[in-house]
Amino acid sequence: MAESLILIEHDRQQVKRPSLHAITLAQQLGGNYALLVVGHGLDGIAASLVSYGASAVVVADDPALAEPLADRYAMVIAEAARRLGAKTILGTSSTFSKDVLPRAAALLDAPMVTDVIAIEKMDGSISYRRPINAGSMFANVKVEGDRRVLTVRATAFEPPAANAAPCPISHFDFDAASLPNGMQFISREERRSDRPDLTEARVVVSGGRPLKDKETFERLVGRLADALGGAIGATRAAVDAGMAPNDYQIGQTGKIIAPELYIALGISGAIQHLAGIKDSRIIVAINKDPDAPIFQMATYALVGDLYQIVPQLIESIRRA
Amino acid sequence: MKILVSFKSVPDPNDVAVAGAAVSTPKSVINSFDEIAIEEALRIRERGEATEIVGVTIGVSAVDEQIRSALAMGVDRAIRVDDSRALDPYAVARILGAVVKKEAPHVVIMGKQAVDDDSNQVGQMLAGLLGWPQATFVSKIEFLDNKTRARCTRETDAGLEVIEVNLPAIITTDLRLNEPRYVSLPGLIKARRKPIEVLTCDQLGVTVRPLTTVLSIARPPKRPAGTRVESVEELIMKLRQEAKVL
Repeated sequence: MAESLILIEHDRQQVKRPSLHAITLAQQLGGNYALLVVGHGLDGIAASLVSYGASAVVVADDPALAEPLADRYAMVIAEAARRLGAKTILGTSSTFSKDVLPRAAALLDAPMVTDVIAIEKMDGSISYRRPINAGSMFANVKVEGDRRVLTVRATAFEPPAANAAPCPISHFDFDAASLPNGMQFISREERRSDRPDLTEARVVVSGGRPLKDKETFERLVGRLADALGGAIGATRAAVDAGMAPNDYQIGQTGKIIAPELYIALGISGAIQHLAGIKDSRIIVAINKDPDAPIFQMATYALVGDLYQIVPQLIESIRRA
Repeated sequence: MKILVSFKSVPDPNDVAVAGAAVSTPKSVINSFDEIAIEEALRIRERGEATEIVGVTIGVSAVDEQIRSALAMGVDRAIRVDDSRALDPYAVARILGAVVKKEAPHVVIMGKQAVDDDSNQVGQMLAGLLGWPQATFVSKIEFLDNKTRARCTRETDAGLEVIEVNLPAIITTDLRLNEPRYVSLPGLIKARRKPIEVLTCDQLGVTVRPLTTVLSIARPPKRPAGTRVESVEELIMKLRQEAKVL
C-alpha cells in the first residue's frame, strides 16, 4: 500500500533528475509513497532510487516496455496504482509524463492536474496551484474523487534528499502478453551535448531571431554559454528559423527553466517565452530595442548591438 | 478516410483579464494548436488521403463564431455539443469519446494543449478511454499500408521520436507540424451554408460531471523593476558584486 505513487523518468541509462522533484510534493502531501520505474533493464536505475524515503521502489521491467509507448506504459501505471491503492499518482511535467499520465488517468477514471507549482492545505482539504494562460496567471484548483493524477513543475520544488535507509525493491508482475499492441517504436534522434541539461543548468544563455543563422547562433550564444559553463536555450522564432533545435525552445510549450542566471540575447520577450523564464533568479537582457518587453522583467538591462556586446562579454568573462 | 478534428474556443491570448475564478476576454479565437490540427486535416484531404473532415467543439452558441471559422478554413461540417458548464479535461475527453463513437472516424486530430488552461490532457485521455493508440506532440504525419497505420514524428524533451500507430488513432499536434492558412472570403461565404449539428450530452448518451474546480485565479506578483546598465563593464561588475552569480 502507498498513499502516493511517483512515476520516475529515465533515459534507459539513468534517472532524469527533474523527475525526483515530484517526491518533494509527495512529502508535502503526507503519507507514504512508492516510486515506480517502467522500462527494461532497470536494475541499476532501481538501485539508485532506494534512499529517497519511499516505502518501496516498484519496478515494471519487461522487453515489451523497452520503449516508452503510451498505450502500454499507461496500462502498467494504472494497474500499479490500483494494486498499491495509491490515491495520488505523480510525475514531473515532461513530454514523457504528459504523454503517458493523462492516459493512465483516463484508465483510472480520475481527474488530472498539470504543472502543479504549489499546494495549499485548508480545513483538511488540498488545492493545487498551477499556471494558466502561458503563466500569466495562477489558478487554484480542487479535485474531487478517490484518485487523482498530478504532474509537478520540477523548478517549483526542491530536489529531495537521498539520505533515508534503503527501501525494498519490488518487482511488479504483470502479463506482458495482455498489453496493448497498437503502437510501434521506430527510431529516435537525440542530441548529445557536452553542455549541461537546459532544465538543470545554473546558467542559461538564450538567443532570438537577430542571431540570423545556425553559425552565428553557435558563435555568440554557444560561446557565451561555454564561457559560463551554461546551457543554451532559444525562442520559438529562433527554432522556427532553423538556428537551434526544437528541444532548445523555452516557453509556454517549450521548457520551463529557473536558473540562477538567465541571459537573453536579442530576445524581445513574447509572453510565451517569458512564461518559461520568469522564475530565473537573475535575468540579463541584451537588446537593440530599448522598448523590448523583456526589459520590464530583466534584472539588468543593456541596450545595444549584441554583435558588439557578446564578444566583449565573452572576453571579459574569460579574462577573469 | 474520415477525420474528426476537435477544437476549443479560447480567450484571445493577447487580450485576457482576470475576473473572479474565470478569465474574461472581449474576443474568443480557435485554440492555436487546434488550428494546426484543422490545417493538417485539410492538407491530408488535399493530398487525396481523406474524404471528409468533421469538426467538433463543446460550448454554447457563442462558439458558433469559431465553428464558422473552422468551416471557412475548409472543414466539411461541424458538431457542437451544447454545454455551458466549466468542464475539466477528463469531462471533455468523455464527451468527445461519445462523439467519436457516433462518428467512427479513422483518425482524430487535435491540438496538444489549449493555450488558456495549458493542461495538455484531452487527446491522451480520449485515447485511453477509447483504447486507441495515440501519437502526441506530432510534427509530421504520413499514412502507410493503405491507411491502416500512421507514421508520426513526435517532439520530445530530448529531440525527436518516430512511432507508428495503428488506425484508428488519436494524434495531437505540435507547433512545427504546419502553418495554418488564413480564412478566405469565398471560404467564409461557403461556410454559411455548411451544417452545424447541435447535440446535448443526453442525446450522446454520456453523463459527465467535472471533478476539477477552479477556486480562484490571480495574477502572479510582478518582478521588481530592474536596473539599466550602460556598458559591458558595468554589467559584469553588477553580476559579480551585486547578484554574485559570476
